[in-house]
Amino acid sequence: MHLAYPAVLAVLLFSVGVYGVLARRNAVLVLMSVELMLNAVNLNLVAFDVWLRDTLHAGQALTLFTITVAAAEIGLGLAVVLMVFRNRGTADVDRLRDLAENAEPADGADDALPAGHPGPSRAADQEKGRAAA
Amino acid sequence: MTAPVLGPGLAAGPLAAGSLSSQGHSFLSPTGVEIVFVLVGLAVLGAAVLSVTTRQLVHAALWLVVALGGLAVEFLLLTAEFIAWVQVLIYIGSVVVLVLFGLMLTRAPIGRSPDADSRNRPVALGTAAAAAATLVTLVVDAFRTTWVDLDAGTGSARATGSSLFRHWVLPFEALSVLLLAALVGAIVLSRRDGDRTPPRPPRPRPGRAVSAARRTPAAPVAPTATPAAPGTSANPATNPATPPQER
Repeated sequence: MHLAYPAVLAVLLFSVGVYGVLARRNAVLVLMSVELMLNAVNLNLVAFDVWLRDTLHAGQALTLFTITVAAAEIGLGLAVVLMVFRNRGTADVDRLRDLAENAEPADGADDALPAGHPGPSRAADQEKGRAAA
Repeated sequence: MTAPVLGPGLAAGPLAAGSLSSQGHSFLSPTGVEIVFVLVGLAVLGAAVLSVTTRQLVHAALWLVVALGGLAVEFLLLTAEFIAWVQVLIYIGSVVVLVLFGLMLTRAPIGRSPDADSRNRPVALGTAAAAAATLVTLVVDAFRTTWVDLDAGTGSARATGSSLFRHWVLPFEALSVLLLAALVGAIVLSRRDGDRTPPRPPRPRPGRAVSAARRTPAAPVAPTATPAAPGTSANPATNPATPPQER
């Protein structure tokens, strides 16, 4: 098999993951896109391991390690996302602006953002948070 | 540019010269494995694109299942059997289930959600297209003539296990410690007991403005009080007056 096929597939999967990380708004979907990028790396590792015929099987061992680290990462990431959702009532990464540099008012930056948003989304957000209670 | 750099360095490595060059192998006469690989790769790519573009959040997780399962098939085609089954077990078996749990627990809307994509979607599209173009050019230029000899047995459970427990024991054990740390961290992050309140960022006006806004949520509050209103009244768990065991 030509090595170009798995390499190009891995590159395209990685780019799809990049798009998902940048374009998605829900934090759980961002984590899913990160998983896609990690899988692209896994495909590269396996393909290069098969190509190089490493006697230590470094590529496949590293793939196993990557899969394990990805599982741990998504567990921790979901715990963080759930904690943020419990404290804020939303898991949208666009609305978590406490650490934003150019916050419009100095205090309460997370609440100043919905002023720039259309009204229904803010009302739906409050409704969602109230239903969460 | 990279091919002359990569070529002599790799040829001086432990590889035989026959496995480096694709003498007698052309892209125009693909083997059966290559045809299956490309077809499954197209399915994987389509499922991945649907997974990052669909507006139904639960469908995104299900398309992720298709993409990860297709990648397991690709691992099988690359003769990495053990990795393929680990991929099926861990990714499809646990990671996707975790993601679905996360979607449900954050109350993802069933059905279309119009605000699934953020406003910087064109920027993301441009970045992804630029990355794809650059990397595809680089990779095709570097590995255009590289041929991989696939023979069964190089990725079986016996070979992977012997190399893992013979040469990679120390990273394996370190990884188990890392998993334990992740487990403890996830438990610490997600528990909500009352005796130890989690550290909370200091809010500007935690007391009166919040409780006043909670009592009359629909009333137009003064503009100085509104910044504290939606974030805290949206979820009473952040209110110090409400015990965290309520939810």
